[in-house]
Amino acid sequence: MAQKVLDALKQHHASAIELTESVHGDEVAWVKREGLVAVATWLKNDPSMLFDSPVFVTCIDRLDWRPVGLPPSSAWNESKPRFEVCYQLRSHTHKYRLRLKVAVPEHDAHCPSLAGVWPAFDWQERETFDMYGIRFDGHPDLRRIYLYEEFVGYPLRKDYPKEKRQPLVRRDDLPINPIKAPDGGHHGDR
Amino acid sequence: MGVEITTTRLEDAAKWAKQSLVERATNWGRKFSLFTYPFVTACCGMEFMSVAGPKYDLARFGAEFPRFSPRQSDLLMVVGTITEKQGPALKRVFDQMAEPKFVIAFGVCASTGGFYQNYSAMPGCDQVIPVDVYIPGCPPRPEQVLDGLIMLMDRVQQGRGHSQLRTKREQLIAAQAASDE
Amino acid sequence: MAAPRDVTSLKQLVLGRKDVQDLSDTETELPHELMTVNMGPSHPAMHGTVRIVLSVDGERVVKSDVQPGYLHRCFEKESEHATYTQVFPYTDRLNYVSPMINNVGWAMAVEKLMGLTARIPKRTEYIRVIVSEMSRITDHLTCIGASAMELGAFTAFLYFLKSREWFYELLEKVSGARLTHSYVRVGGVAKDLPDNFDADLTRTLNETEKVMVEVEGLLNNNKIFRDRMAGIGAMTKQEALATGCVGPIARACGVDYDVRKDYPYSIYPEVEFDVPVGTTGDCYDRYLVRIEELKQSIRILRQCLKQIPDGPTMVDDPRCSLPPKRDTYNTIESMIRHFKHIVDGIKVPAGEGYSFVEGGNGELGFFIVSDGTGRPYKAYCRSPSFVHLSTASQLIHNHLIADIVPIFGMINMIGGECDK
Repeated sequence: MAQKVLDALKQHHASAIELTESVHGDEVAWVKREGLVAVATWLKNDPSMLFDSPVFVTCIDRLDWRPVGLPPSSAWNESKPRFEVCYQLRSHTHKYRLRLKVAVPEHDAHCPSLAGVWPAFDWQERETFDMYGIRFDGHPDLRRIYLYEEFVGYPLRKDYPKEKRQPLVRRDDLPINPIKAPDGGHHGDR
Repeated sequence: MGVEITTTRLEDAAKWAKQSLVERATNWGRKFSLFTYPFVTACCGMEFMSVAGPKYDLARFGAEFPRFSPRQSDLLMVVGTITEKQGPALKRVFDQMAEPKFVIAFGVCASTGGFYQNYSAMPGCDQVIPVDVYIPGCPPRPEQVLDGLIMLMDRVQQGRGHSQLRTKREQLIAAQAASDE
Repeated sequence: MAAPRDVTSLKQLVLGRKDVQDLSDTETELPHELMTVNMGPSHPAMHGTVRIVLSVDGERVVKSDVQPGYLHRCFEKESEHATYTQVFPYTDRLNYVSPMINNVGWAMAVEKLMGLTARIPKRTEYIRVIVSEMSRITDHLTCIGASAMELGAFTAFLYFLKSREWFYELLEKVSGARLTHSYVRVGGVAKDLPDNFDADLTRTLNETEKVMVEVEGLLNNNKIFRDRMAGIGAMTKQEALATGCVGPIARACGVDYDVRKDYPYSIYPEVEFDVPVGTTGDCYDRYLVRIEELKQSIRILRQCLKQIPDGPTMVDDPRCSLPPKRDTYNTIESMIRHFKHIVDGIKVPAGEGYSFVEGGNGELGFFIVSDGTGRPYKAYCRSPSFVHLSTASQLIHNHLIADIVPIFGMINMIGGECDK
């Protein structure tokens, strides 16, 4: 739909763009971490681009990625980066849509923050940090947003079990109180 | 001590939960003038609005006007999913209410957690506060809510709400201790 | 008779205070520290459950820290463990005042990954649009009704609730449930519209228009309502775009963005409707935009009822449709296909895609990453309420505490959508 955006990106920021593709009608551009803020600022300010409205930011954890129907080499292994941070942008005037993807390895889970470019990414980056543990460098106030501060771990990572609760308060006369029980109350995990 | 404290069976309760005329009159007054504190969190709140609305009128049961302060209410309706983050707030609101207080778990998320069995949704609000009546449904139909409310009103009349039984137990223990001396 | 006492000390004795001219300099100064007040998470003026820690100077809000997350029900984690059809009930509970729109959004996202978007039958598309617009009407009725109630206009709330009950009854006839329908399926809808739906819906729309005339007469030019809403919580067009606002909030600021017009989907190109756009972006404009959208939704529904054709309610593709019951009970192939669909889920080819619809609050999108099995690898919901709530701190800045109530009411922050 907006192939010219991808072409202009490749032309102006060839060093920062690793790959561009068009999947199911969405334009996707893979950007290197170091060039992310420059690319984003250019996308926002350039008169032919004018990406003035941010849509979302999220992250994909490829730990369990073994797709069915694709060759086995496309499955994830330790040598590939584990996280992909996706930024979706929209241009209100030109009606373009674009997705920027940044590959982030697990041992160095940092990504430059785009909260300074578009204020909407402030809370959305906090949500991504809360759920996946990706630290956004340059973010004004990076703390948990959906979960409480006492929560340990990052729940949307593939290695966090869905039903592992970390309760803050329980009734004193509960038959098994997971806060007070010596083994953490792991009987049926209530 | 000679007082039977375990009273979850109706026969045992009948032995010492016999009510005087004054108690019966007080409970009759209590059941028809419940001041609700709707602790609304999620989708069940929409059905709570419908129950309080003109068609499924909650006002005809006396439970009309929601008091938005726990200090002024005696029925805590936990409407919707309670998350672990919300737990301390719920406990605090319950503690601030004066006796006798009753709790209705409205909806299946407040009863057992519903189909949200995960790291954030608490499996039922009874992990934090004692509940008198559980109303299942996702969300429960307004008729089901009124049925649950009538069930609670019956329990209030019989003096079998959790906080009424607690008060009765303490009074009996105190009376026994006084007569032992 | 006792000697007359010194008046000043008598006042101090009786009233416990001194006259102003007797106070020292330090005592006449008001305290200059800001007071911290906590609103929520359980508070009648919060739609859904949100905590705001306010730093106030008297009644004026100087700093605020909005803390969502008290209804985080892990939509994403649950959908990773459920099949694509089992996710529909979870989507119902996202924006629970307009659940059909969420269902349609999820179905469209999965269909985009499967490549079925162009093959959905016409009647199915019409049914989807009809139930979506009915859900949009219930969304706006609830939002305006609840906001009016919080400002003291209880009558408007009761009238709109009466009208909402009619829509709930109709949606119950269509799907079986009043609120959380789970009516839409991947590739179509669960079952066809009931008999007499035409007549029922037309009668409901006529009655709702009468109710709207009454409520508009009560609220539109009501001095108290206007004073409390006009000029409160204004936002400029650039701010709305930069903070990602969409839907009635952005349209009230002058941003002319409606997904149904700008990126048309389903049969919206075939119906005529206008998109109301406001000017100042304050709460009164948002209210007017919502009232006008109600009228436009009624207009769309009338056209759909006239134009709806006959036809199937599910796409004819064995990858996602269940076989007819006669075949399921009589042939082994259909029984196995039925079994595989229910237990393993619909197999969506590996890939990722983002698809969005116009929800009650704006652009509601689903970003799905599929790994070829019947369960999503990742299902992210782009919720407009979360984005709008992030602007709340800026909107209530420098307003009175009492202004927080209309601002929050008109943002229409739905807890389920905001906290997912």
